[in-house]
Amino acid sequence: MTSQPFRLPTGGRIDRSRRLAFTFNGQRYEGHPGDSLASALLANGVHLVGRSFKYHRPRGIMSAGIEETNALVRVGSGARIDPAQRATQIELYAGLAAESINCWPSLAFDLGSTIDRLGRFLPAGFYYKTFLWPGGRWMFYERFIRKAAGLGEAPREKDPDRYEKRFDHCDVLVVGGGPAGLAAAYAAGRAGARVVLADDQMEFGGQLLWREVRIDGGPALSWVTRAISEMEGMPDVRLLPHATVCGYYDHNFLTILERVTDHLSPAAAGGRMPRQRLWKLRAREVVLATGAIERPLVFDNNDLPGIMLAGAVQCYLLRYGARPGARAVIFTNNDSAYETAAALFDAKVPLAAIVDTRAEPVAAAAKLRQRGLNVLFGHAVVAAKGRKHLSAVTVAPLDEGGGGLAGPTREIACDLLCVSGGWSPAVHLFSQSGGRLEFDPVLGAFLPGAARQAMRSAGAAAGAFDLAACLAGGAAAGATAAQRCGFGDGQVRRAPGAAPTAAAPPRPLWEVPSPRSARRNRKFVDLQNDVTAADIALAAREGYTSVELAKRYTTAGMGLDQGKTGNINALAILASETAVAIPAVGTTTFRPPYVPMTFGALAGRDVDDLYEPVRKTPLTDWHAAAGAAFEPVGRWRRPMYYPRPGEDMAKAVERECRAVRDGVALCDASTLGKIDIQGPDAVKLLDRVYTNAWGSLAIGACRYGLMLREDGMVFDDGVTARLAEHHYLMTTTTGHADAVLSWLEEWRQCEWADLRVYLTAVTTHWAAIMLTGPKARAVLARVGTDIDIDRAAFRHMAVRQGTVAGLPARIFRVSFTGELTFEINVPASCALALWRILMIAGGDGEITPIGTEALHVLRAEKGYIAVGHDTDGTVTPADLGMGWIVSNAKADFIGKRSQSLADLARSDRRQFVGLLTDNPQEVLPEGAQIIEAPTGSSYGRPPVPMIGHVTSSYLSPTLDRSIALALIAGGHRRMGEVVAAALPGRAARAKIVSPRFYDPDGARLND
Amino acid sequence: MLLIHCPWCGPRNESEFACGGEGHIQRPDPAMAHDEVWVDYLFYRRNPKALHLERWVHAQGCRRWFNVARNTLTHEIRAVYRMGEKPPEGVR
Amino acid sequence: MRYSLFSLVRQGLNDHQQWPRAWRDPQPKPAYDVVIVGGGGHGLATAYYLAKEHGVTNVAVLEKGSLGGGNTGRNTTVVRSNYLRDDSARLYEHSLKIWEGLSKELNFNLMFSQRGMIALAHTRHEMHEMQRRLAALRLNGVDSEMLTPAELRRWVPILNPRPKPRYELLGGMVQRRAGTARHDAVAWGFARAADARGVDIIQNCEVTGIRREGGRAVGVETTRGYIAAAKIAVVVAGHASVVMAMAGLRLPIQSYPLQALVSEPVKPILDTVVMSGLIHVYVSQSDKGELVVGAARDGYVSYAQRGSFPVIEDQVAALIELFPIFSRLRFLRQWAGIVDVSPDLSPIIGRTPVENLFVNCGWGTGGFKATPGSGHVFAHTIAGGEPHPLAAPFGLDRFTTGRLIDEGAAAGVAH
Repeated sequence: MTSQPFRLPTGGRIDRSRRLAFTFNGQRYEGHPGDSLASALLANGVHLVGRSFKYHRPRGIMSAGIEETNALVRVGSGARIDPAQRATQIELYAGLAAESINCWPSLAFDLGSTIDRLGRFLPAGFYYKTFLWPGGRWMFYERFIRKAAGLGEAPREKDPDRYEKRFDHCDVLVVGGGPAGLAAAYAAGRAGARVVLADDQMEFGGQLLWREVRIDGGPALSWVTRAISEMEGMPDVRLLPHATVCGYYDHNFLTILERVTDHLSPAAAGGRMPRQRLWKLRAREVVLATGAIERPLVFDNNDLPGIMLAGAVQCYLLRYGARPGARAVIFTNNDSAYETAAALFDAKVPLAAIVDTRAEPVAAAAKLRQRGLNVLFGHAVVAAKGRKHLSAVTVAPLDEGGGGLAGPTREIACDLLCVSGGWSPAVHLFSQSGGRLEFDPVLGAFLPGAARQAMRSAGAAAGAFDLAACLAGGAAAGATAAQRCGFGDGQVRRAPGAAPTAAAPPRPLWEVPSPRSARRNRKFVDLQNDVTAADIALAAREGYTSVELAKRYTTAGMGLDQGKTGNINALAILASETAVAIPAVGTTTFRPPYVPMTFGALAGRDVDDLYEPVRKTPLTDWHAAAGAAFEPVGRWRRPMYYPRPGEDMAKAVERECRAVRDGVALCDASTLGKIDIQGPDAVKLLDRVYTNAWGSLAIGACRYGLMLREDGMVFDDGVTARLAEHHYLMTTTTGHADAVLSWLEEWRQCEWADLRVYLTAVTTHWAAIMLTGPKARAVLARVGTDIDIDRAAFRHMAVRQGTVAGLPARIFRVSFTGELTFEINVPASCALALWRILMIAGGDGEITPIGTEALHVLRAEKGYIAVGHDTDGTVTPADLGMGWIVSNAKADFIGKRSQSLADLARSDRRQFVGLLTDNPQEVLPEGAQIIEAPTGSSYGRPPVPMIGHVTSSYLSPTLDRSIALALIAGGHRRMGEVVAAALPGRAARAKIVSPRFYDPDGARLND
Repeated sequence: MLLIHCPWCGPRNESEFACGGEGHIQRPDPAMAHDEVWVDYLFYRRNPKALHLERWVHAQGCRRWFNVARNTLTHEIRAVYRMGEKPPEGVR
Repeated sequence: MRYSLFSLVRQGLNDHQQWPRAWRDPQPKPAYDVVIVGGGGHGLATAYYLAKEHGVTNVAVLEKGSLGGGNTGRNTTVVRSNYLRDDSARLYEHSLKIWEGLSKELNFNLMFSQRGMIALAHTRHEMHEMQRRLAALRLNGVDSEMLTPAELRRWVPILNPRPKPRYELLGGMVQRRAGTARHDAVAWGFARAADARGVDIIQNCEVTGIRREGGRAVGVETTRGYIAAAKIAVVVAGHASVVMAMAGLRLPIQSYPLQALVSEPVKPILDTVVMSGLIHVYVSQSDKGELVVGAARDGYVSYAQRGSFPVIEDQVAALIELFPIFSRLRFLRQWAGIVDVSPDLSPIIGRTPVENLFVNCGWGTGGFKATPGSGHVFAHTIAGGEPHPLAAPFGLDRFTTGRLIDEGAAAGVAH
């Protein structure tokens, strides 16, 4: 089918000179540039587009915009599936392929629709009352419910598209490019303010794109064109079409989703441009000109395809030149639908009747009556007929109160019903901004009340539905906003004008009475989730009387459209059922986003390799080339071990450990945190943050320090060296480098502002190469240094500055391995050169690069703690057996006072000890729980009391047996006692020993 | 996203800052403080649903700490002032 | 009326006109034996167990808004008991055991679905911490097992298949008995059952003051008048500090927004709850088909129930790192609950320095799963005046002795 039989011969903002082929459910159709998928389908006579969520009832296109609740289709294929897009918001492009969702085997014949027959047994919340039998079998039923639920299918492949984010700020953000928004942006722009105008459509104009109205004496669209072209010439005005403002957050921060290439085929988009761009915009002033959303009316069978919002019908006729039906009826409670009537008349669509709920004839009808149209005042459409499409409506006179019928019904054949239940200002963003809504009983709508942020609403969004008022209000809002930013005097110089029209007040009719018994009644309030007026009444009857409870109980307003069309009707019906006024029921809070936003846009470029970019040391590439196996440590990746061909991890680690104990090895320690501390009060700072005393540390010496949190628990450890009179270098663990600096800065700036001391992070300025092992001195001598490295001249825990291999260097004689170690710090740019020189000097195959795993084994042999590994934030220095490092002489340091709290002073706390398993080859799993040794090899059924756990555990190549470190209750008093590790199915016995397994006196350090 | 006026750098997005919690906390003299006083200092913080005096750091900017008077219900920032200064008149 | 398939059909034939109210809408009486402040899940459960287990039926639950309108209706619905510390594991396991028979007991389908919860480990440190937790859970009698990467991919085939991911998948842990429940239904089910036992559930009744005589609490001032009470129990989550301040008490609590978001509903794609600590993700798929995603809590005290946008951006980037195929899905709604966070991230349950005034708060980001257990032990504490053995370690006094139950401490990592 390519003839577009329902395309009007002329008119519309489509480019009839070009045809765009597309498919829907595999069928080929044609449309034109300027079409939406919805308008193109209507032009081809396609109305049935989907199935509803619960009952699988046929669904047609209902609206022409963002509020669409029915026409959800899947677009694209493969990796580019978009599961549930609104057909009204999809701009047509050549090759577009769309499919219906939530139906099987086909849209026309959907087996799921059998559930509709059972509808009477499946009222709101039915699932809370059943599936209870037999006990605990909910998951059996749930499997089927899960399969039935869900709308579209998620893609199964990774998204090939790119998303982008952009920060911006402006004086005045105008949201919405209809008459009020254009007038506002224009006025603010003329005043000289920096303006952003965002609109979700492909072109600006809003309702003017389909209304036959005049501005400044000419066609409205001429004014739009002039205003846009003038604004394009203003350097400080940015026009953003295809851009939906989604979120309104604190301090006038708003998010805007710009659909950059969604309206292009993937081929045309070409991959150069992002698919979508998320603007994160800070505005000094905001003008919300977001328009209004037309409300459906709630009557029996009001969900049939062919029943559309009156304004949408007008839009399809005049904006798209598409005819949504062959014989129409209008059902309205307000004046706006009379414009639709005129449009239908002009398009030569037979109009069988206009049904107006209002009892008295209104002025708007007069002109149409002259054209011979039949207007039934005081009437309502009480039911719609048809199976997959509307075939007739039933009309009846209303009684005075609107709650009952005053006469017999009659049937009018038609295939299009245009409904208008009045208009709801789009107050979503206003509500998000924190503003309070106020109910207007005349309009029957919530309007923006007092604003909480620097913003104002204008036009229909503020309840001004008349064009003249929109233009005037918009211009005034724009001028005022600009003035508040310091531009202009707030006066509107040249406001666009339109002839004011006087609208007769609407007659709210929230639920149309029905001639059929309530039993057969299907008056839908939420067409996507299949919530009916009876469901709302049921909720009220059962006590779910507040709007939040009723919404959650019935699911009204919880669909993709978040109740843009249906919420107000649900609210009014709930109010009527509970016999309170609408404002007393309240309205639910509108939450971001205004329209659904892709996750991809929120993640932006923080995906793949740019998701937490890896930190690299100057040596990372060397390690990779050497075949190192890496492990993540903080944001870094550190070499874990360097396997040689044929080696597994255990073999490689064993070889690396032996190299350190017997020969010489290199380790990249660059990731350790380094903080440069300078100033006359540096030592005071150290005294306050470390547990031990620092006054006695000589220039050229290093000292180990333990840092506590104020609650007394170990926070970090490391070596600090005194480089000069008032100059220290502190090292921290890799993982806590940032946290320690922040911690020190907070104390220094907030609590100790009197200290003359400065802190600088130098972690990445200096690379650190650990040269370790009994042969380290020989290697260092071979590469050449001007520092006297003689045993007597350069002792353990000393620091020297000079050159190594001609490179400026600091050497620290500190050791984490228990062997003679020179930790050589050089400027980062020199690191690779030095590493290579050391590798050569170390002798081919002799000097061994080692990774973090060997380092762990070696330090565990020495009983050195690894903070975060052997501690978990609940461990005190005493628990670690490190009382020796806690100064009693110092009056105070961070965490000192807490040591005497009752629980911290207990003697049966979990304490740091060594463990030797009975079986020397048994390596306990780290994390294994320790229990009292049972008599046999099993430990009984839970609960089994635990007395501690294994924190570190390795096979020690040096000792040729397994070793473990553990925290055990009262462990320090239990040396030599046997406990057990509770392993799956058995208890592994182990003896409590000192954690210093190797060289306990440290003789080798002083080598 | 709050807009916070760093006293050193000017207005910046919240994402550049980190909140350090209640400000103006007096650390008791550890030698004199009873357990009750000490744990109050350790664990108890004001938690008002109203104006709150806090300290923040411009973590991804100048790294300076400063004070913020902020309403915890509306998120309105009433005042920003430097470390060591008292809250301005009219705040608290 | 008992809920069943039978009653549903019978009422269906009756056009559902005869369904009774799920709970009455009573006027407050001048005095009660126990007044519970807070009509969320925990408060309603407390009322139910007071009536059921302790015969205390002269009870009012006062709710300033509507039932379950706070964190009960704002969480990510996950139920689990795989906590590290003994005290926590026992308390949450107690709760989980109640969950397992609760729909039947309350005659209200809470849609408690034990679809399992998987925690992922991406570093060796995380693996060790997981092994530690698993070993402790086993000895505490809580089910959990380790999973290899291959097993994980069988459970969750859509995990990032990237050949060189930022963080490799090293293993994971599953608690099969964990899962999700329909959060609103928990409040409604407890409300209906408590009401049936005579408890007055009074909505739109905000407590504005706590009256004290001598050192004792004797009643509450409310927007609907003064109500005398022999005992007062405050269970108001994020507002605990505000309400307790009415009695002149301070709590070691800070209130933060905790955000969550849901995607559009899609056909089943994720069968279990998945969480990763390093790539911060907490996600499940609801029965309706929505992905329910929990974010990290915001960084500053707030009562605004609106979270900070950068938190959501970080959250979604992490989600896509773990599940790249979610990129094109759209999110429908974001919201925030106000969580009450204690210094050790564990709850505070028990008596207060004011006689007859009890408090249950500090559940932080993890209160939903504890709802029935919390109500059960709290009711015991209120009725007898002495803490339930499982609640005893969670008293306020631990912040004086320093005997914290630190569930947050295991997070630190350094090398």
